[in-house]
Amino acid sequence: MLSPIKNDAVIRARDVVVVLNNQTVLNQLSLDVMRGEVLGFVGGSGTGKTVLMRTILGLVPKRAGSIEVLGVDLDKASERDRRSIERRWGVLFQQGALFSSLTVLQNVQFPMREYLRLSQRLMDEIAMTKLEMVGLPANVRDKFPSELSGGMIKRVALARALALDPEIVFLDEPTSGLDPIGAGDFDELIRTLQQTLGLTVYMVTHDLDSLHEICDRIAVLSEGKVIVSGTIATMLQSEHPWVKEYFRGKRGRAAISAQA
Amino acid sequence: MALIDEPLLRSATLGDRLQLAAAGSWTAPHAAGLEALIDDAVARGRKLSRVELNMAAVENLDTFGAWLLERLLRGCAEAGRGISVTGLPDRFHGIINEAHQSNRTSAEQPHEGVVGSAVAGTKRALATITQDVVLNVAMFGALVFAAMRVVVKPGSLRLTSVVHHLDRVCWKAVPIVLLITVLIGAIIAQQGIFHFRRFGAEVYVVDMLGILVMREIGVLIVAIMIAGRSGSAYTAELGAMKMREEIDALHTMGLDPIDVLVLPRVLALVIALPILTFLGSMAALYGGGMVCWLYAGMSPDIFLGRLREIISIDHFEVGMSKAPFMALVIGIVASVEGMQVKGSAESLGLQTTASVVKSIFLVIVLDGIFAMFFAAIGK
Repeated sequence: MLSPIKNDAVIRARDVVVVLNNQTVLNQLSLDVMRGEVLGFVGGSGTGKTVLMRTILGLVPKRAGSIEVLGVDLDKASERDRRSIERRWGVLFQQGALFSSLTVLQNVQFPMREYLRLSQRLMDEIAMTKLEMVGLPANVRDKFPSELSGGMIKRVALARALALDPEIVFLDEPTSGLDPIGAGDFDELIRTLQQTLGLTVYMVTHDLDSLHEICDRIAVLSEGKVIVSGTIATMLQSEHPWVKEYFRGKRGRAAISAQA
Repeated sequence: MALIDEPLLRSATLGDRLQLAAAGSWTAPHAAGLEALIDDAVARGRKLSRVELNMAAVENLDTFGAWLLERLLRGCAEAGRGISVTGLPDRFHGIINEAHQSNRTSAEQPHEGVVGSAVAGTKRALATITQDVVLNVAMFGALVFAAMRVVVKPGSLRLTSVVHHLDRVCWKAVPIVLLITVLIGAIIAQQGIFHFRRFGAEVYVVDMLGILVMREIGVLIVAIMIAGRSGSAYTAELGAMKMREEIDALHTMGLDPIDVLVLPRVLALVIALPILTFLGSMAALYGGGMVCWLYAGMSPDIFLGRLREIISIDHFEVGMSKAPFMALVIGIVASVEGMQVKGSAESLGLQTTASVVKSIFLVIVLDGIFAMFFAAIGK
């Protein structure tokens, strides 16, 4: 929402190499994520989808290559620039990663408390707004994460990821562990929020329905590289055996017929 | 750049109207300053009859800005003042609608008075103590039943587990127990010599050391160390298993966690503590003897001879007979606290602390009860 200009890359990864335990996980990977799009990132289990996300976030060191986020190369940036980039992204971890000793409201307020000097009243009001945006009732505010269901944890984690109104949101398997109805609701929620807040969404997922429903573009990771990227139509035309199996296999066909 | 220009809300009074002109970035980094401007505008708007807001110059707007705008609208509406908003760019409509719908239900918590909360706090504390007693007695009962099942059917004892825990709480605890008790014995002897020397009664240090170590200090020091070392480990292990639903998994497989997890641990502790107490007492006497020799010049022969005169088998029995009971208390408290762990990491820490504090407290109380008991039976 900071800039009305569309179609510029907010994440630009070039020739990224990541080696973990003497195993090359990412091999000369390049990827662009455009402003305002929902990018779905797929790949077989253990191909390094999460590793790439963690590399972009700076949680996993890379051996070679460069990654620019919002036009800043995080390796070369000063500590101060890094911090300012970090408050412009929000991350939803697979298990939610809510702070277990803080209440729901305190979890959502945590980034605000750290980065902004706001009155308690404004923080309360904004945090409640965020919780309502992700579709949670007002009475969850004083609950602890251990008292919440899986779906609610994901929603609170999303509210926390959105606490500072970031420009980019990283979602690691947002619908895993949710029932199909819950997963559908969550997809819709991400779509609505993305449109309302003008977010760029980077989503690691296995959910074929999510890919069909809300992703503008899909990137497929295999053998440490992005082998195909494009719209769902591109995926359906691809002749790469894994992509073919994934999108046109039994479950893929079911998702297509559900769309029809 | 959006980050440089300040969010601005300029206000001007025109007759009975307040004219507001908004500009710049209504975003999170500027929210603190904007909040003050908004509250000020609401306060001024209340005194006038109409408020006009021009949003045309606003470049960026996020949830923070949208909510503050909503606060301005609600503030004016509450005071019964009309407000008109002009020039709002279309791209902001979605987020403003979201803000408009939020915070409609008040989430105010009911407040108790000082007396009310004090009464409620006392009630809670009493309930917790009662619950603690009940849980510990229940765990003792469950352990007795589990032990009886083992007596009826010895094959059902998880011997591998017992041996494993014996290795951890007994064998691996030997070095630290020896080290600490040698030092304690040496310190008692040194202090005794230092003060008894004035009366020329140095030889009575052996009496003090022998009786103190055999009856009280040996078992007490070792029990406190084991409560800190192994009791806390039991609580943390069981608590982590509880957190990750491993204990629930055992239940669903038709296994009793008391049989599988608690009994082997407590049994290992009950076997370990007397052994460690014996080793610890011997080490304390050794440490005391060394100090008597090196510091007071009392030869080992004299020391041992005096010790033999003073120490009867009674003293040894009194000390050793307390050890298994103390182990039982430590084991029960550690298991109960472990099972009490809720979902959070904080709760695990709290229960581990509670486990150590409670078991040390109970060990000392138990020692006092034993002292009264042995005095009564004349030992």
